[in-house]
Amino acid sequence: MSPNPNPNPNIKGNRLVITLLVCMFIIYNIFVYIGAQPKEMPIMSEKAIKGQQLYQDHNCTACHQLYGLGGYLGPDLTNVISATGKGEMYVKSFLNSGVKSMPKFNFTEEEKEAIVEYLSEVDKTGYFPNYEAEKKPNGWVKIKTKHK
Amino acid sequence: MKRISLLFIAMALLALLTGAMFGVLAGIQYIFPEFLKETMAFNKMRPFHVSTVVGWIILCATGGIYYYLQEELNTTLYSSRLLKMHFIVFVVCAIAVYISFATGKMGGREYMEYFPLITLPILIGWILFGINYFKTTLKQIQNWPVYLWMWGTGIVFMTYHFTEAHFWLIPYFRENFIKDFAVQWKSYGSFVGSWNMLVYGTSVFLMAKVKGNESVARGKKAFFFYFLGLFNLMLGWAHHSYIVPTVPWIRYLAYGVSMTEWIIFFSILRDWKKMLSADEKLKNNLSYQFLVSTEFWVCINLFIALLISIPYINYYTHGTHITVLHSMGTTIGINTSILLASVIFIVNRAMPQVTEQFKKQILSGFWILNISLFVFLCSLLWSGIKRSIWMYFSENPVPFGSMQEDLQSVMYVFLLSGLGILTGLLFVAFPLLKRGILPLTKK
Repeated sequence: MSPNPNPNPNIKGNRLVITLLVCMFIIYNIFVYIGAQPKEMPIMSEKAIKGQQLYQDHNCTACHQLYGLGGYLGPDLTNVISATGKGEMYVKSFLNSGVKSMPKFNFTEEEKEAIVEYLSEVDKTGYFPNYEAEKKPNGWVKIKTKHK
Repeated sequence: MKRISLLFIAMALLALLTGAMFGVLAGIQYIFPEFLKETMAFNKMRPFHVSTVVGWIILCATGGIYYYLQEELNTTLYSSRLLKMHFIVFVVCAIAVYISFATGKMGGREYMEYFPLITLPILIGWILFGINYFKTTLKQIQNWPVYLWMWGTGIVFMTYHFTEAHFWLIPYFRENFIKDFAVQWKSYGSFVGSWNMLVYGTSVFLMAKVKGNESVARGKKAFFFYFLGLFNLMLGWAHHSYIVPTVPWIRYLAYGVSMTEWIIFFSILRDWKKMLSADEKLKNNLSYQFLVSTEFWVCINLFIALLISIPYINYYTHGTHITVLHSMGTTIGINTSILLASVIFIVNRAMPQVTEQFKKQILSGFWILNISLFVFLCSLLWSGIKRSIWMYFSENPVPFGSMQEDLQSVMYVFLLSGLGILTGLLFVAFPLLKRGILPLTKK
C-alpha cells in the first residue's frame, strides 16, 4: 500500500471503541434471545408448528403479512381467525380456491387444520392493525397487547 | 487472481439484469393476476426477484473488495485457492437456489425463501471470504483506513446475521412465535446493515480514489460515522417491528438508537452541497456522477427512514407500500448506484477507451434509471398512503380485494417506471459487462 498521507493517530482508541461495541452487542443479544417474548405467551403446539411449516413450504409470506411484515399482494393474516366475518372456515375455503393471484393449492383436510391452528396461535399473540394503541406526545406508541 | 474477482462482478451484473427482469414480471402479476400463474405464480416469482437482486449486491461488493485489495491496495491475496473455492461455492449455491425455487422446495422465510440446507454452503463461502480478507489485510496493511474496517465488519456481521436468520431451525426459537419473529426481523435488519457496510465501504474507497484524497477515509469524522452506523446496525433493527408485541425495552431502545441517525442525515446534507460544487474534472468523472446521485438518494431515504422510525408515524406506515418505498430506494438508489460506480471505476482504470466509447449511453442510462426510480418511488408512496387510509381512516372499510383494485391505476405507473428502471440498468450495465468486465476476465 502507498505511504499514508494522513495517518490516523487513534488506532488504539478505535480498537477500544469496537471492543466495547462488540461486548455490548453480545450482552444485548443474550437478553434478546432469552427475553424478547413476554413470559406469559404460551409456546406453539406441535400442530401449529406443522401449520407454520406448511405456510413456509408454500412461501405464503411472498404475498401475505403477519404483523404487517411480508408481501403486499395478499391481506395481512395476523387476526384473520378472530376478525368479524372471517375465521377458520373462511381461511379453509380460500386455501384450495386459487382465486385471483393465489395459486390453487392442494392441501388435505389435515393440512388445512394445521394451517388454521398456526394462524389461531398467531392471532392469540396480539393485534395488527393495533387500533387501540395509545399514541404519546413524545412519538411513542404503546401497543395494546393480549398478554400482561 | 484478478480474473476471479472480475468473474464475481460479471456474475453480479448478470444477476442485476436478471433480477430487474424478474421484478418487472412480478409487477405485471400485480396488474394481471393470471399472468404466468400456472408456471410461476407470485409466491415463486418474488423470491426469484429478491434473491437475484440480493445476489447482485453481495457479488458485486465481494468482487470489488477482492479486486481492490489486489489491484488498488497492492496486497497479495493470502490464498488464491480460497478465492477460487469461494467463487465456486457461490456459483453452486446460486444454481441450487434457482433449482429450489423452480421446483417449489422452499424454506419460505421472507428474503431467504430457498431450501434451508443451501444455507450451509453459503455460510462456508462467507467464512472463506473472511479468512482470506483478514489474513490478507492484517498482515500487509498497517493503520487501516475506515473502508477496511467497514469491509471487515461487513463480512463478520454478514456471517453472524446470516446464521442468526436461521435460528428458527432450533426448536427453542421456533416454539415461541414472537421470539422467533423478533429474531427473524432482527437478523434481517442487521443483515441489511451488514451489506451496507460492504457497499458504503466501497463508496468511501471510491470517493478517496476518485478525489485522490485519502483524508475522507481517515480521521475522527470518518470513524465517528462508521461507529455510529455500526451502533445502529447492532441495536436499531426493532424499528422494523414496533408493532410486534415483544418486550417493550427492545422497542424503546430501537427508537432511541434510530434517532441518532439524524446526525448522519445533517452531515450528509452538508457534504452533498460541497460535492455539487466540485471542480469540473471531477464532475465529468462517470463514477463520481453515480456517487453524487447516491448522496441524493441517501438524503431522501435516510429522511424517510428517520420519519418511519418514529413510532407515531410508523404506526400508520407499517404494513404499507411506504416500507417497500424505503427498501427499493435504498437497494436501487443507493446500493446499486454505488456498485455501478464501482464497476465503472474498475473498467475505467483498466480500459478507459470503453467508458469513453459508451459514455453517452451510460449517461443516458443514468438519467433513465434515476428518473424512473423517482416515479417508481412516488407510485409506492401513493399506494402506501391509500393503503394506510384504507387501514386506519375508513369507517366501513371495503374488502381487501376492492382496495387492491382501487390501486390498479397506480400499479400501471409502478410497472411502467419499473420497466424504465430495467431499461436504464440495461443501458449502463450491458456495455460494462460485454465490453468491459468480460474482456478483462480473458486478459
